[in-house]
Amino acid sequence: MKIIIVGCGKIGQSILQSLISEGHEIVVVDSNREVIDSVSTNYDVMGICAAGTHFKTLSDAGADSAELFIAATGSDEINMLSCFLAKRMGAKHTVARIRGSEYTSENLDFIKNQLELSMVINPERLTAKAIYNILKFPSAVKSESFTRSRFEMAEMSVKPGSALDGVELSALRAKSGASFLVCAVLRDKTAHIPRGSFVLRAGDKLGLIAAPEDMQKLLGNMGILQKRTKHVMLLGASRIAEYLSDELIRSGNGVKIIEKDAKRCDDISAALGGSAVVIHGDGSQHELLDEEGLDGADAFVALTGMDEENLLLSYYALDRGVPKVIAKLNQDAYHELSEHLGVECTVSPKHITADVLLRYARALQNSMGSRVETLYSLMNGKVEALEFIVSPDFGYTSIPVKQLDLKPDILLAGIIRGGKNIIPCGDDVILPDDRVIIIAAGRKLYDLSDVIAK
Amino acid sequence: MKIKLVFHTVGRVLLLEAALMLLPLAVSLIYGESCALAFAISAASSAAIGAALKRFCRSESKNLYTRDGLAIVALSWIGISLFGALPFVISGSIPSFIDAFFETVSGFTTTGASILTDVEALGHGLLFWRSFTHWVGGMGVLVFIMAVMEKTPERSVNILRAEMPGHNVDKLTPRASGTAKILYYIYLALTVLEAVLLLCGGMPLFDSIVHALGTAGTGGFGIKADSIASYSHFCQWVITVFMLLFGVSFNMYYLLLIKRWREVLKSNELKCYLGISLAAMIIIALSIMPLCGSIADAVRLSAFQVSSIVTTTGYATADFDAWPSLAKAVLLILMFFGGCMGSTAGGLKMSRVTVLAQIARNDLRHALRPREVSSVILNGRRVDAQGERQILSYFALYIAVIGAVFLLISFEPFGIETNFSATVSCVNNIGPGFGQVGPSLSFAGYSAFSKLVLSFAMLLGRLEIYPLLLLLSPQLWTKR
Repeated sequence: MKIIIVGCGKIGQSILQSLISEGHEIVVVDSNREVIDSVSTNYDVMGICAAGTHFKTLSDAGADSAELFIAATGSDEINMLSCFLAKRMGAKHTVARIRGSEYTSENLDFIKNQLELSMVINPERLTAKAIYNILKFPSAVKSESFTRSRFEMAEMSVKPGSALDGVELSALRAKSGASFLVCAVLRDKTAHIPRGSFVLRAGDKLGLIAAPEDMQKLLGNMGILQKRTKHVMLLGASRIAEYLSDELIRSGNGVKIIEKDAKRCDDISAALGGSAVVIHGDGSQHELLDEEGLDGADAFVALTGMDEENLLLSYYALDRGVPKVIAKLNQDAYHELSEHLGVECTVSPKHITADVLLRYARALQNSMGSRVETLYSLMNGKVEALEFIVSPDFGYTSIPVKQLDLKPDILLAGIIRGGKNIIPCGDDVILPDDRVIIIAAGRKLYDLSDVIAK
Repeated sequence: MKIKLVFHTVGRVLLLEAALMLLPLAVSLIYGESCALAFAISAASSAAIGAALKRFCRSESKNLYTRDGLAIVALSWIGISLFGALPFVISGSIPSFIDAFFETVSGFTTTGASILTDVEALGHGLLFWRSFTHWVGGMGVLVFIMAVMEKTPERSVNILRAEMPGHNVDKLTPRASGTAKILYYIYLALTVLEAVLLLCGGMPLFDSIVHALGTAGTGGFGIKADSIASYSHFCQWVITVFMLLFGVSFNMYYLLLIKRWREVLKSNELKCYLGISLAAMIIIALSIMPLCGSIADAVRLSAFQVSSIVTTTGYATADFDAWPSLAKAVLLILMFFGGCMGSTAGGLKMSRVTVLAQIARNDLRHALRPREVSSVILNGRRVDAQGERQILSYFALYIAVIGAVFLLISFEPFGIETNFSATVSCVNNIGPGFGQVGPSLSFAGYSAFSKLVLSFAMLLGRLEIYPLLLLLSPQLWTKR
């Protein structure tokens, strides 16, 4: 598929990385010569050094024949304009990064319609949403939901001495009394799709799939359920903090925001209508955090612009016994370090954005066969969970699952039929118009028929 | 450097060479020549070594960095020249291995300098192989591999960049392999067109194919003692035009294909190339007028020789060594210029010449008005300070290489004119020089040592110095 990316900053480059590993033909446009030089040295892409709003630049890049056009520069207006131009020149789908707070949702809807944008991405909002999802369900490192929340997927780690340590999976299933599936296990940096005889060990990372009510029951029975948060402390009054506070307050949480910059404090306090407690002070000082009641908070989220600060203060919060700690990290190199420090729950805006676009590109690519409806990556991208809508052309319907010859490292994890969820056993079948959830470890799926070994 | 990955790729290149040798093998079988056996043995040994390298140098890492790209290109070129020389030695046509190596290097680097005193004694298979090496070497062996390979390793653009300078940031398509394919399609189409036109002009089939291959790679190996002189005037004009065409950047043809001809008109490199060639043709035509009977003859001879030298091809229709000094001086200067960046021609390349001229002009103006701000423009785009510095340092290296090679072969008893023109001719991948290495003579008189030095000079010229020089640097061979 031919894809054009305008603007190759942090977000643009992360999108580029994930799309190029899918084998797309990519043209990158950026007005910074150094960026273009480094991108075209490191990746097999065509780089054009020019402004993304010039007709000539876009025609050189081949906007008329592009299937996906992504504008991810730092400026909302440039993104809109270049998407508009590309659309007029014949690009099939356009995606613009728009994040200014002046573009409220109704304003944005109008713009989206008028400019015929296929999608608007706001990395800050996506990140806030991801953090909110984790806080909603704090036992997990990461949690995502599939169509209409029929299935929830959670990523969590096995702590030494916990109820999961040393348990065989089939025994766990008998004990818990809930319907669930351990769909993937990350051990020693490799992802496995476990069988019933698999024995869990401390240090493993699990991917769990279950219906929402079963998930609560399951975790309750295993004694690892954490209650929902009530008081959240945010460090840094960034845009993410603003979106996140908004969601948290609406769901009844108390939010306390600590910010160094007085002007930012004023702004966010006004934006949130005074419903959050905004503290003007240096959050890197432990005394301030203690004074503001760090040990009484249910969750601590570090959202400053500095990875190092986020990491160290998260470590401090963990040390103080805060039950749920989340750090925002931009640089990939820090992810490993954060696990060493015990800060296992991190979010990266660029990866979240790249995942959204990856899912979108996948869905475009196989709009012919069974469509990818949702795509989540688990365990640092080593495992993917995909939701497909089964098309009538899929040749393996009405065959019992145990007779299907699935490829290795592929798991059929769930079936959603009408309003019912099924965790498939050997005798279940796939029917047309079902939604199926497939787990793939170390393999990329583009179509549902890719799961069958031929 | 990732030694395993590099040798793995070199192994692939040798396998490709074995496959390429099947063509001359077929030619010798058609003509029922005994050198078919030589090709079979050479192809088999190249394939064996290639497969062994490919098999035993498996590398975990697939990431190719800049220095790996440079090393792959340098080692591959040395490798294909070593194995490409085998058919000449095994068939007994060129008994000395060093002579055969020189001849093959001269083929792959599209130089066209020969050590053969009697070309016509060679079999058809060997003649075809000589010209075929021009064609393959002209666009590049690794570029060919990228064009035919389905999946190229990550960052393989570093190979393309090392073997085919001039396609720096402006790739033609998003993927390096796509660019390689387009380049080869254009190359093949032009070659076939030329062969057909030559055939129409009454040249025998074998001769037209061989000459088309030689022109396309801007090589210059002839199959007659007097090169092209004995063919019809029509054929000479066809070759003249095509030599000039192959000296033009292939990006231009691609731009024409996708109807972006406005950008072609903006290319000051192209204007410079055509302007210099035209000026040289006029000067030489005037200066050789007294030797020729008619204006038409003078123009034809001048146009052919100028095109041949400026594109670094090296075909000849006249013994220009016997021309007046003015004509020879013009030709000697042309030898340095070379064709356009991104063509199959060698030499300094016209884009560098235009940039160097602009830098010199700007600095002169700067001496007059120290506050004046000026810029260097290449093909409608500004060259920044780093770009200027790269070109200046390349120029310095280029002069240094010519100086060093000239010094190394100066003990030969041929006099300055011969030695200097041989050096210039080899570094710029032209072929013939003046004096003892003039168009009607050969490099046979040089000693084995000088032949090796000149072979190295040809490789330096073809690969634009850096890959081969870096091969000598110990830092390239460490893992750090």
